[in-house]
Amino acid sequence: MGIRFILMVNKQGQTRLAQYYEYLTIDERRALEGEIVRKCLARTEQQCSFVEHRNYKIVYRRYASLFFLVGVDNEENELAILEFIHLLVETMDRHFGNVCELDIMFHLEKAHFMLEEMVMNGCIVETSKANILSPIQLIDKAS
Amino acid sequence: MAGPSIMDSLFQRTLEDLIKGIRLQLVSESTFISKAMEEIRREIKSTDLQTKSIALQKLNYLRSLHGVDTSFAAFHAVEVTSSPRFHHKQIGYLAASQSFNSSTDVLLLLTNQLRKDLNSINEFEVSLALECLSIICTIDLARDLTPEIFTLLSSSKLSIRKKAISTILKVFREYPDAVRVCFKRLVENLDSSDSQTVSSVVSVFCELASREPKSYLPLAPEFYRILVDSRNNWVLIKVLKIFALLAPLEPRLAKRIVDPICEHMRRTGAKSLMFECIRTIVTSLTDHESAVRLAVEKVREFLVEDDPNLKYLGLQALSIVAPKHLWAVVENKEVVIKSLSDADPNIKLEALCLVMVMVSEDNVAEISRVLVNYALKSDPEFCNEILGSILSTSCRNVYEIIIDFDWYVSFLGEISRMPHCQKGEEIERQLIDIGMRVKDVRPELVRVGRDLLIDPALLGNPFLHRILSAAAWVSGEYVMYSKNTIELMEALLQPRTSLLPPSIRAVYIQSSFKVLIFCLHSYLFPNEAVASSSSYANDLAPGVADSIYERECSEVDNLATSEALAGSEKNEDFNPRVLRQSAEDLSVGNYGDTIVAPGPSSSSAFLKEEHLTHGYIVSLLDVVKTALGPVAGSHEVEVQERVHNVLGLIELVEQEICDSLIQKEGNLVVGEKKASEVIKLMHDAFSEEIGPVSMSAQERVPIPDGLMLEQNLINLETICGDIQIPISNSFSLGKPEFEDRDGAALFDSQDKEESGPSSESTSLLAEHRKLHGLYYLPSEMKETTSNEYPPANEPKLTNDVRDDVDVLVKLTEQSFVPKKKPNQSKSRPVVVRLDEGNEVRIADKKPEPKDDLISGAVQDVLSGIEAVPSSSRGKPSDKSSSKKRGKEKITTIEPENLADAGNSEVGNSNSRRSKHHSHGKERKHKSTGKNVEESEEKGHKEKQKSSHRHGKNKARQRADGGVNVVAQTPVIPDFLL
Repeated sequence: MGIRFILMVNKQGQTRLAQYYEYLTIDERRALEGEIVRKCLARTEQQCSFVEHRNYKIVYRRYASLFFLVGVDNEENELAILEFIHLLVETMDRHFGNVCELDIMFHLEKAHFMLEEMVMNGCIVETSKANILSPIQLIDKAS
Repeated sequence: MAGPSIMDSLFQRTLEDLIKGIRLQLVSESTFISKAMEEIRREIKSTDLQTKSIALQKLNYLRSLHGVDTSFAAFHAVEVTSSPRFHHKQIGYLAASQSFNSSTDVLLLLTNQLRKDLNSINEFEVSLALECLSIICTIDLARDLTPEIFTLLSSSKLSIRKKAISTILKVFREYPDAVRVCFKRLVENLDSSDSQTVSSVVSVFCELASREPKSYLPLAPEFYRILVDSRNNWVLIKVLKIFALLAPLEPRLAKRIVDPICEHMRRTGAKSLMFECIRTIVTSLTDHESAVRLAVEKVREFLVEDDPNLKYLGLQALSIVAPKHLWAVVENKEVVIKSLSDADPNIKLEALCLVMVMVSEDNVAEISRVLVNYALKSDPEFCNEILGSILSTSCRNVYEIIIDFDWYVSFLGEISRMPHCQKGEEIERQLIDIGMRVKDVRPELVRVGRDLLIDPALLGNPFLHRILSAAAWVSGEYVMYSKNTIELMEALLQPRTSLLPPSIRAVYIQSSFKVLIFCLHSYLFPNEAVASSSSYANDLAPGVADSIYERECSEVDNLATSEALAGSEKNEDFNPRVLRQSAEDLSVGNYGDTIVAPGPSSSSAFLKEEHLTHGYIVSLLDVVKTALGPVAGSHEVEVQERVHNVLGLIELVEQEICDSLIQKEGNLVVGEKKASEVIKLMHDAFSEEIGPVSMSAQERVPIPDGLMLEQNLINLETICGDIQIPISNSFSLGKPEFEDRDGAALFDSQDKEESGPSSESTSLLAEHRKLHGLYYLPSEMKETTSNEYPPANEPKLTNDVRDDVDVLVKLTEQSFVPKKKPNQSKSRPVVVRLDEGNEVRIADKKPEPKDDLISGAVQDVLSGIEAVPSSSRGKPSDKSSSKKRGKEKITTIEPENLADAGNSEVGNSNSRRSKHHSHGKERKHKSTGKNVEESEEKGHKEKQKSSHRHGKNKARQRADGGVNVVAQTPVIPDFLL
């Protein structure tokens, strides 16, 4: 499994979205998120975007006030994951129009839905923005 | 019920209200949430699906962002998934995928809903179900839903197909038998024209191959085609990962893929793909020089860029390639060294690893110097990283790279004093380890130890305590190299030692005990002391032929011999011939004589000059008494006991020392007195050396023929009462002599026992041994163990451990074979090392059984042999036996299939077979328990139904699989050639 989890965390370290591709109990998740946030948010712009934590490799990127953190296997290609994060942000941008923390908070389900379109079982399955968004647009139209 | 429900739905707070509410609560967010939870608990019981789903939606939010436990709502989630409204379904599935796990009891209730949605004509419903399944899949779900997934694998809707493909990975993991059904269809998707589909399939194979690459070798042609044709970087990256796993297994494959990979590297502008190419080459294609050159060239481009990400990855790539191509690191030395002061700790660490890779015996001193300078400048954390890696690199493979141990020991002393140093434990270990292993360095070790002990400031730093403990131990154990015993004694007993933890303080006191014994002994037996010290000098000389003999003389307690020897040496003006001889021998090594020779000669000089004066001893006793007197009441048992030992000894000795003052020059008379006898015994005990013991020493002892080992050790307890359990060798307890005596006594057991062992403990032990011989380890064993550690005493028998049988022979006759040893290692002092191969025991014996089953199944499918379909789902034994049969068939057929594939293939298949045999067994064990339960749970009808369906699928698959797959396998040899 390439991607083990995807987190979106704001500057204060509050989780804004958490998607796990393997089962962890709530306590494990909270502990993990806390450790990762502490590790990653302390880093500066001049430092690289990869952090090793437990048996994961965390690839993260900051967009404005939001950190996107992706936990991957050790064999995963870090640069590809960075590109994936960027794609995710672009996709959200296209849908929400200049996406911000609040958009994700209030449309958590949509954000999950987008992720589901892009990643299945830890593998990236869709990389076309149009394809990712088309079901959401359909659903929006229907409701 | 109806009332509140309507009220709830009318006035229900939406998710948005909830979020806004939470955002408004600045202080007591948790009370707000718990209030909201109360509402939700009520709402979720509502019969109205809308109300229920909104409640669930809120729960989803609270769970994933505020970590609220929502397991109580599991059943409601299942309810909501069955709603006809898509939005509800979405909420329900999200809740399920986020909170369900294999122990969720309502999971089985979801099976039917999932099946229904997987069969739905609405592609979005299908994908919802697939997504949920891909996360929560259990063995039951996998088994029950395999047919649906199988159908979806060839769905006409691409979005569904690729999701089904991704899901299948999870299904395989949970339920390996699904491989037999679905694998062919999965492979077919590799030919798809849709790049996203290919991407999914390749990802799945990448995951599968990462567990057991061998099974996927037959698919290499497919992957190769993708590698050459595909222009999608995501796909290429995954394919490269697969090849990185496959290439080491098949050299011809490696040859084949090198060119396309290099081509990609030259062509691509995408850094991610570039990096994947580099990584593939440096991990799996290191034999292809030109490719490695190109890769390193690209790495250099990474390194010079400003981007910290690229720099980090570049360094990482270098450290992967370093073991095989050190030149790659050396070429980029400047960047690596510069990165040591990078802003990013991760980069610094990578750089540090690379620097350590470059360390060799020639430059270890300089590099360590440079690194220590870096360490002084950096933050405590990185400073300790640096120290840690220097320490671990230096001690690698029994100090392989250290030639100048004197330098290393004083270096250890130096880094101990660094302000941030927290590596006390490791330094402690190494100081003692080196002391035991390397005789030549002991004088320097004692000097370093003295410098550490004598500095009262160091006692205040708790991180240094462990090091000080080692220093104290070293000073006590090798006190004969000490230049000034009274100074040492004062250092060991200085008032600030009260800052030490009791265990370490006990080491201090024990060391002072040893020092005291040494001084008294050399005072009371000046002749013998010189003799023994000269025999230490002998031990230092690795090549002296008769050193063993001498050592035995002094250590076997054969008083007569030793005194005679001492006498003869005395005649030669206290400058024993042997000493000279040893110095000469040492001059073989080019520096050995300069450093080592001063050790013994100065110590013997010291003996002559000051040690023999009566006043010296008296003042020494005074120092001890005044220092230890107040401590005698310590509440720490270890400390207290040792203090009393020392004080007791002093009390005993004092009387005679005073007497001897009157008698003057009456050494011989004194020698007969009781106290002297005690001191002699003690001294002999302490002069036994402690050697390193191999961890696996005992395991390697063969069980002798006639020995019956009792399985049940219950009656051991009754006997244990009077057995003195040998004290562990742990030096910190400071009482190592017991075990050593034991070892020594048995070392050359028979003739010693006959010649009347002078030491009481030895004879006691021997007696005990006769009594309870059964519970002693066999004496051969003792000999072999001593074969493990005597190297410390015996420079001759060092470096490698010989055959157990030869040991006695080796001990008795002075073999000349080892004489070569010092020549081989030239200037390097002898380092006692134990037999390597301890690691062998830690061989990983448990690959995950399920993965193995997957690959087993994959091999079955790929070699065109379908095992008998497991329609007998409830009968595990049957299944596994059919599995085994299948496997045997492969192995017999494979050599034909891969006739040209060469030896490596055949070898593989052999090993594969043996592996699977054992796993078949494992599986049997496992499934008997599990499947019986399941079959009881499941209705009989359902079982029949599902197995029926499976059977059908299999039949279908076999029908078209037979031709295709068989045609596929023979392709490999052609391709590879």
